[in-house]
Amino acid sequence: MKIMLQLNQIHKIFNEGSPDEKIAIDQINLTLKEGDFVTVIGSNGAGKSTLMNIISGGLFPDIGEVFIDGKNVTNMSEYNRSKMIGRVFQDPMAGTAPSMTIEENLAMAYSRNKTRSLRRGVTKKRRDYFREVLESLHLGLENRLNAKVGMLSGGERQALSLLMATFTEPSILLLDEHTAALDPSRAELITKLTKEIVEKYKLTTLMVTHNMQQAIDLGNRLIMMDKGQIILEVNEEQKQGLTIEGLLDEFKRIRGVQMVSDRAVLS
Amino acid sequence: MFTAIFGSFEAGIIYAIMALGVYLSFRILDFPDLTVDGSFVTGGAIAAIMITNGANPFLATVMALLAGFIAGCMTGILHTFGKINNLLSGILMMIALYSINLRIMGRSNIPLLNTETSFTKIGDLFESSGIDSFFNNLLAMVGLGDSLPETWGILFFMLIVTFLIKFLTDWFLQTEIGLAIRATGDNKRMIRSFSANTNLLTVIGLGLSNALVAFSGALIAQQGGFADVGMGIGMIIIGLASVIIGEALFGTKTIARTTLAVIGGAIIYRIVVSLALRFDFLEPGDMKLITAIIVILALTTPKMIERSKEKKRKARRKAEQLHFLQASVERKGENHAAVKSDS
Repeated sequence: MKIMLQLNQIHKIFNEGSPDEKIAIDQINLTLKEGDFVTVIGSNGAGKSTLMNIISGGLFPDIGEVFIDGKNVTNMSEYNRSKMIGRVFQDPMAGTAPSMTIEENLAMAYSRNKTRSLRRGVTKKRRDYFREVLESLHLGLENRLNAKVGMLSGGERQALSLLMATFTEPSILLLDEHTAALDPSRAELITKLTKEIVEKYKLTTLMVTHNMQQAIDLGNRLIMMDKGQIILEVNEEQKQGLTIEGLLDEFKRIRGVQMVSDRAVLS
Repeated sequence: MFTAIFGSFEAGIIYAIMALGVYLSFRILDFPDLTVDGSFVTGGAIAAIMITNGANPFLATVMALLAGFIAGCMTGILHTFGKINNLLSGILMMIALYSINLRIMGRSNIPLLNTETSFTKIGDLFESSGIDSFFNNLLAMVGLGDSLPETWGILFFMLIVTFLIKFLTDWFLQTEIGLAIRATGDNKRMIRSFSANTNLLTVIGLGLSNALVAFSGALIAQQGGFADVGMGIGMIIIGLASVIIGEALFGTKTIARTTLAVIGGAIIYRIVVSLALRFDFLEPGDMKLITAIIVILALTTPKMIERSKEKKRKARRKAEQLHFLQASVERKGENHAAVKSDS
């Protein structure tokens, strides 16, 4: 099967040479095959967000290489790389342009893997298509194409962000705690939509989450990070029947200490 | 009075192009671009020097537009690739342009009287075709015959040009590139995650903005009959005043509506200033102060109105609550009384 994402020996140090030196990512190797849905858990400061940023191009690794869909993108700029990457951020405000309309936002997302030109952004044909994909969210947004996105609720905006990141079928979908800032019922809705959309487009997905149950419920693989390393990899078979307690025990067995993340334990 | 208003209308429609430029940088890109003070003069300087050297005035005006584009791009490059703060990049470029403008002109003032400009050409056309006399006769008929404008050509020509630019701007901001430029001002991180090069878009946006500003400067120099190295001082504030006044009076529902509002704002600003200067105690030199006061008022009053409305709303809610409490207390009293009488 095709390999969609490959991280080779990634190493990243912050503030190198100063007293605040911190090894954020320590020799990480990770491979995602086409259609893999990997959930990433770990305590605060484990390096999950840094890892996401290295894949998306927001940060560059000190050592190591990043391959997306067989292409070496290690030194490729963030905006160029995002032709192949769909991203949803934790902050529901981050993934959309508030003073522009729903259809304009979708038009910008639609141009993600194309060259932007002086053609009209929202044509009649595209509008029909946008309406069709919006219907899949079941939020009634298809009737509000001309509403400014700033008028939507946090949950609606995050659902729109998710749709915008996915409907052009990126090679890799990165979800960075995209339900963490929502209230429980909204978070549940976004989780459900994530599952539907990833299945519909068969997207290769990497999802960071603080919610262990969510990490267990979603996806076919799970990895646990701590201090910049991947300390546990759970494959498809092992993932069946996995529980929060099981994961915590596993952490204790590997690290010899209790997992320290109040948020992770509570959720 | 009529000539004064006619004059400010005529100037306003030319300044409106500059205001559209300021709208592009200030509102669309969310970039307070002070380059405007310099690039406006650059436009005037290039037009003036080319025209006095015998170039075609229309060609000179187009060259001014190109020069403005380059100046704006430079500011954008300072900010994006040089990583200099946006206000500072604009100020640096403005200062640099002051010297450049002096170099272009060779001296601090170039008169354009008795030379052929775009407007004298248009004016001649209108005069020879009889349109001028037609409108003047019309005015004379309604009793305004004693203060006739020199030519109607500038007004009509500029109405066409300004609205052409407005429609081009509206169209551009709806294209794929235009949408990406708007998103760059709205949410940089988002549009970058959709494969847009925000640095390049900022540079292009500022280039277009200053192209309009310089174009306006070139036309103002031809209309006023001179280019002066100081003609751009405070231009950014005038542009801002036009944008804010227009938005407040005409609304911002859509892009097309907002660009129309900006043009309206520029014209109204000119009329307000020319009316203000009719007071005896005000001098032409006070104009900048008046502008600053207009902008300050336009920026603060909507917030103050909102606050006082909020206060009233709160007071009303409090009164309602009090009323409700009183009513419920009274009801309780009644119940109590009823119970008592039962026993």
